[in-house]
Amino acid sequence: MAFKIVVCVKQVPDTNEIKIDPVKKTLIREGVPSILNPDDANALEAALQIKDELPETEVTVISMGPPQAKAMLTECMAMGADRAVLLSDRALGGSDTWATSNALAAGIQKLGGCDLIFAGQQAIDGDTAQVGPQIAEKLALPQVTYVSKIETVGSTAGESDTMTVVRALEDGYERIKVQIPCLITAIKALNEPRYMSIRGIFDALQKDVTVWQAADLGVDATEVGLDASPTNVYRSFTPVVKGRGQQITGDTDRELAVNLLQALKSKQIV
Amino acid sequence: MNFNLTKEQEMVRKLAQTFTANEVAPYAAEWDEAASFPMEAIRKAGKLGMMGMPFPRNYGGAGADYLSYIMTIEEISKGCASTGVIIQTHCALCAWPIFTYGTEAQKEKYLPGLLSGEKIGAFGLTEPNAGSDAAGLQTKAVDKGDHWLINGSKIFISNGAVADVFVIMAMTDKSKGTKGITAFILERGMPGFTIPKKEKKMGISASVTTELHFENVKVPKENLLGQIGKGFKVAMTSLDVGRLGIAAQALGIAQGAFDQTVDYMKSRKQFGRSLNKFQALAFEMADMKTRIDAARLLLYKATDRRERGLPSTVEAAQAKLFCSETAMYVTTKAVQFHGGYGYIKDYPVERMMRDAKITEIYEGTSEVMKMVISGSLF
Repeated sequence: MAFKIVVCVKQVPDTNEIKIDPVKKTLIREGVPSILNPDDANALEAALQIKDELPETEVTVISMGPPQAKAMLTECMAMGADRAVLLSDRALGGSDTWATSNALAAGIQKLGGCDLIFAGQQAIDGDTAQVGPQIAEKLALPQVTYVSKIETVGSTAGESDTMTVVRALEDGYERIKVQIPCLITAIKALNEPRYMSIRGIFDALQKDVTVWQAADLGVDATEVGLDASPTNVYRSFTPVVKGRGQQITGDTDRELAVNLLQALKSKQIV
Repeated sequence: MNFNLTKEQEMVRKLAQTFTANEVAPYAAEWDEAASFPMEAIRKAGKLGMMGMPFPRNYGGAGADYLSYIMTIEEISKGCASTGVIIQTHCALCAWPIFTYGTEAQKEKYLPGLLSGEKIGAFGLTEPNAGSDAAGLQTKAVDKGDHWLINGSKIFISNGAVADVFVIMAMTDKSKGTKGITAFILERGMPGFTIPKKEKKMGISASVTTELHFENVKVPKENLLGQIGKGFKVAMTSLDVGRLGIAAQALGIAQGAFDQTVDYMKSRKQFGRSLNKFQALAFEMADMKTRIDAARLLLYKATDRRERGLPSTVEAAQAKLFCSETAMYVTTKAVQFHGGYGYIKDYPVERMMRDAKITEIYEGTSEVMKMVISGSLF
């Protein structure tokens, strides 16, 4: 058995090293190294682990971005991905999450679809966590977000078309059986991404990154790019640090209520 | 003349930097203190292909070029000089002579395990009475018809405590001097082959160095490496490759200590200003940077000649001489610039200075390097 897997990845500035221009309030990108978005590395690792088990599996990484993103895609191939596709075109520039997911969904369709799509939970530059779910919606696929564990994929117990995953929520976990094909978004806890290998590096540089423009995808200016984006960034700023929350304690319900009332009164809220 | 790295080399360097930052540098002080072999890191390096870099894939190597290999040793040695020399000894002094001089059967038997890092390699030339002067070897191998019988001992064997495969030099005809030396492949666990003593060293403590004893060790005929009486050539050509690795290790130590000192000088304040504002110190840093870069150019040039198959013995000796002396010079200054903090173990420059010294001694002392270089002149 083998799967066709697509992993959605993004090249992002290493936010550990990023600074904000105090006057313009925008990110200073000069001299900041670009990296594979950390959650996307977890998504790729999940795909590669399936390939480790089922070597016939084909893993394709896809990204939308400027031509420089090829370097990151080559690193993905050096980690073990079979091929890489970059959606790169001025017409795609300035896309928000809606427009980005239009382009990526079109790219995945042009690849001929797949059995599984993995994406990182969110990118460290935008932090929206929207692109993965939007791709699933646009391709009419089931999705499971915030996946922390993949328990079974495919043929287990005679079920060839499902996977069982654990989804991490703030207050607990859900174990979900989902129909394949589907889209999964990965969180950091899912796995530990592998390094590139020396062989992988030499092999990856023998391969080309496939570059598709908007016309190749069959999308137009009403679906992708700045003008097609229903949202835009109005202002970037560093939020003012608020005071910490206060915890009210008490041994009984009554005591708790009394203590809460006192605290509210002391702050002249009531 | 082209000073640009290939894309492959740039990616390999990046991988080596990430690997060192995550898997090596954070543990270097701990390994040094405990004098413990970094087995887990070495196994991980093996999985990435770092234990078999400049060897072809058909034997399990990574199929990389020599400069990628040298830069990997350099990067790893920035974080831990012991880990650097473990990989270099394994590759240059065990896997390389087997790859270069071994029979097809020997290569098929030993290389896949070595190049994947599942087996660790060592090399035995030095004896109590034979250091730089190999003709003084006393370990003897006697032809017993269906096997060789080896008796003797070796000292200062890097990786000795953990190695599975050993390339050993022994005298098969004492009357012929170095032309009576023959190389053999020995395996851990052969009856009569014992590894009695772990040396206590000034530095590179994590590369556990041992003695080797051979008492009536029966070595199968098929374990003769190369030809009878050609062991000196096996050893010397292996050391040519090894010297590039030691130069890379020394360069890594120098660069590592330099980087630490730059950071320290920016943060340390005395007399109301940070150390980097003192021009006398800043100028010394300029000298150090210039020497490090010069050392790197010598090393990369020698490596490039090897890659192209050009003679590189003299260039490798020059690189080893200059890189190791640069390592000693830079680490001594680095400790000095750290003041009292440089002398205590909380800062890595203390370890780096201890680690640097051996690079002027092993795999040919600085004096032997000068013999090689001057020998080419006259």
